[in-house]
Amino acid sequence: MNTQTEPNVTGAASVDLKIVPRRHIGRWVGAAAVVLLLVWLGVSFSRAKIDWPTVQEYLTVPVLIQGIGVALLLTAVAMALGLILGVVSAVMRLSKNPVVSGVAWLYIWVFRGTPVYLQLLMWFNLALIFPVIGIPGLYSGRMIDVLTPFVAASIGLGLNQGAYTSEVVRGGILSVDEGQTEAAQAVGMTRLQAMRRIVLPQAMRVIIPPVGNEVIGMLKTTSLASAIGVSEILSEAQHIYYVNNRIMELLIVCAVWYLGAVSVLSIGQFYLERYFAKGSSSRQLPLTPFQRLKSIFGTNRKALS
Amino acid sequence: MTTNVLVRAENVHKSFGLIEVLKGINLEVNSGEVVCLLGASGSGKSTFLRCINHLETLSNGRIWVGDKVVGYRQDGDRLYELSDKEAAKQRRSIGMVFQRFNLFPHMTVLENIIEGPVLVNRVKTAEAKRHASELLARVGLEGREHSYPRQLSGGQQQRVAIARALAMKPELILFDEPTSALDPELVGEVLDVMKDLAKSGLTMIVVTHEIGFAKEVADRVAFMHGGEIVEIGPPAEVLGNPQHDRTKAFLSRVF
Repeated sequence: MNTQTEPNVTGAASVDLKIVPRRHIGRWVGAAAVVLLLVWLGVSFSRAKIDWPTVQEYLTVPVLIQGIGVALLLTAVAMALGLILGVVSAVMRLSKNPVVSGVAWLYIWVFRGTPVYLQLLMWFNLALIFPVIGIPGLYSGRMIDVLTPFVAASIGLGLNQGAYTSEVVRGGILSVDEGQTEAAQAVGMTRLQAMRRIVLPQAMRVIIPPVGNEVIGMLKTTSLASAIGVSEILSEAQHIYYVNNRIMELLIVCAVWYLGAVSVLSIGQFYLERYFAKGSSSRQLPLTPFQRLKSIFGTNRKALS
Repeated sequence: MTTNVLVRAENVHKSFGLIEVLKGINLEVNSGEVVCLLGASGSGKSTFLRCINHLETLSNGRIWVGDKVVGYRQDGDRLYELSDKEAAKQRRSIGMVFQRFNLFPHMTVLENIIEGPVLVNRVKTAEAKRHASELLARVGLEGREHSYPRQLSGGQQQRVAIARALAMKPELILFDEPTSALDPELVGEVLDVMKDLAKSGLTMIVVTHEIGFAKEVADRVAFMHGGEIVEIGPPAEVLGNPQHDRTKAFLSRVF
């Protein structure tokens, strides 16, 4: 051995040595385990009495498509409300005014401290406390007419979401250097202008990943709204399988729809993160899948380099 | 000197909790004058500078810029702190350049410069852009309009920050250790721009450790120690023939 290696050390630098990459045994073992597990799962599912044609058939049933539509709409409305409340209460919590920050603290304490399920039931039954709703002299109506299941679910989910988003937004705002606010003030901006134009856009980079997470969480939480009579996909599926007893088949249909919707939302998140990464790094932005395709097929080679 | 006083500080005190950082500063700066504030760190130079555009509140005393008291409204023997909006309005005519540049990283160079004029002074975007390009040329950065701050060196970033301050057409610019965060070889390019500004007649108050710059450019140099100005005068006197023991000790350590 020694005699063999010696010449290389002393001077025969011109000899080309073969470089052997590190072997990744763990990866192969891991991949094999995963494949085995998947095969076992596949076999179990195929042996179980799942009628796959039924799954396929129910995949395009209008009631279920409407159901996922309702879930998505509820997600959008509740999330919009949650984001607005989240940003407002985060800014309020950072205020020097003790009343303002106290109110925000109270809001977060109440809505983060009780189960969403309970909050939904309370909103739905709000008529027990306020039988009529209205603006004096302008409008008046019965609470049960105004607070339909969908409206109650939107408000309930939105308010709960706002309490969580508030903390995410507050973290994002705190992550922006204080010098940014000072520089904004030095060019004559008010604190509010500085927040809107300078601090929040930078905070977005920190805020978006967890909020994306929460949007996805919200989509799944909308299934709780069935408790107060919102006809979203899961409750519709239950109505069907109570009748025909195709339980697993319909649940699989729901799972497919949820996975599809979450995938679409994740794509949206990718593009949103990319937008707010502007100027945050001297590296290039990550390529979009479309740009990657273009560069692979040679029409846009510059994008890769 | 002439009676054309632009900045007047009178008995300025500032405490952070129990610690008194400024112990009665009196200073007058004439229009078109360049005053450098020197002193060891912790002597209160930066705090005083930040009081001049009301980034810090005062514990006592008053500062005038032009004919207005900065940050407060006087009514009889009381000073009422201005609202955020009113204070912001006063800051429009007072530019500031920071030690760590504080450019807005999510905006291009051009956007950084026009943000203030367009948002605050309601200048038309096209006009603001044209002015911004002129200012970039003036600080030696023509053609860098569409770069992001991260893509620039420290010296370039600081020059953009100076252009951003100039874009508001201020009557006074405050410099808070503008070269302290720079690599030594980049200090010169920023000082050159500042020398050029000084020649053009802009009123400047500069907190700095660059004795050479103070000597060459300043009309007057103020030496601060322990929250007070212990010595002030033309650079040749203060730097060349210091009277106060603290000034002597400081200069002997710097040279």
